[in-house]
Amino acid sequence: MAIEVGGKTLETDEEGYLVNLADWTEDVANAIAKAENVDMSGNHWEVVNFLREYYNEYQIAPAVRVLTKAIGKKLGPDKGNSKYLYELFPYGPAKQACKIAGLPKPTGCV
Amino acid sequence: MTEAAMDLEAEAAGVVKKFMYVNRKAPYGTIYALEGLEVVLISAAFDQDVSLAFLDDGVYQLVKGQQTKGIEVKNFSPTYRALEGYDIEKLYVERESLEARGLTADQLLVPVEVMGRDELVRRMEEQDVVIAF
Repeated sequence: MAIEVGGKTLETDEEGYLVNLADWTEDVANAIAKAENVDMSGNHWEVVNFLREYYNEYQIAPAVRVLTKAIGKKLGPDKGNSKYLYELFPYGPAKQACKIAGLPKPTGCV
Repeated sequence: MTEAAMDLEAEAAGVVKKFMYVNRKAPYGTIYALEGLEVVLISAAFDQDVSLAFLDDGVYQLVKGQQTKGIEVKNFSPTYRALEGYDIEKLYVERESLEARGLTADQLLVPVEVMGRDELVRRMEEQDVVIAF
C-alpha cells in the first residue's frame, strides 16, 4: 500500500503504517489523520509529538498502558488517562496515534 | 493445553507467577536477543512477577555505546531503558559472565543487580517459569 502526500508516494504496510520512518513530516501526519477521520488539534499533536520523542529515546512504540502512564507523568493526570486519550484517538491511543506519528505499530498490538 | 496457555489461564484467574527470562546470546548475529526483549515487553501486559537474567554473551546486550551501522541492523539497545516504564525492574547479571568479558556494571545501559552464579541459580529455582533465549 501507499499514500500520496504533496505529490510524493510513500510506502505503507497493509494497515497503513509508514514503512520508512524517515518519510514522516507534519503534512504526512495530517494526511494519515485525515484518512483516519481524526481532526488534528493541539491536544492531538501533543500526543503525537510525545510518541515521536518516546520512539527516539527508546526505539519502540510504547504499549498503551505505558503511554498512558508516561503522558500522565509529563502532561498531568487530566491527560494521562484512557478516557482522554480514547476521545482523541477512538481507534486506540497507541495504535492510531502511532500511525499518525509515523511509528511502527506498538509491540504486542494485534 | 500448552504450558504457556495454562499460564495465561492462571493469569486470568488473578494468579501472579514468577517468570524469569534468561538471556544468553550476544545482541546481534542471531534474532534471540531482540525476540526475547519483545516477548518480555508483551508479557509485561499480564501483570506477572517478571525478572530478566543476563549471562554468558547475553551480558553484551546491556553494554553501553552499541554501534550497529556497520552491520546494517537496528540498534535496539535503547529499548532496555524502557523496561522501567513497563514496571520491569528486576534485572540480574551474572558476575562471572561480566568478569570473563572484562566488563563492569558501570559499562551497562541500565541499573542491574550483579550476582554470583550460585545466587542466580537460587533465584532461578524460585521461579514458576523460566524461559531462555
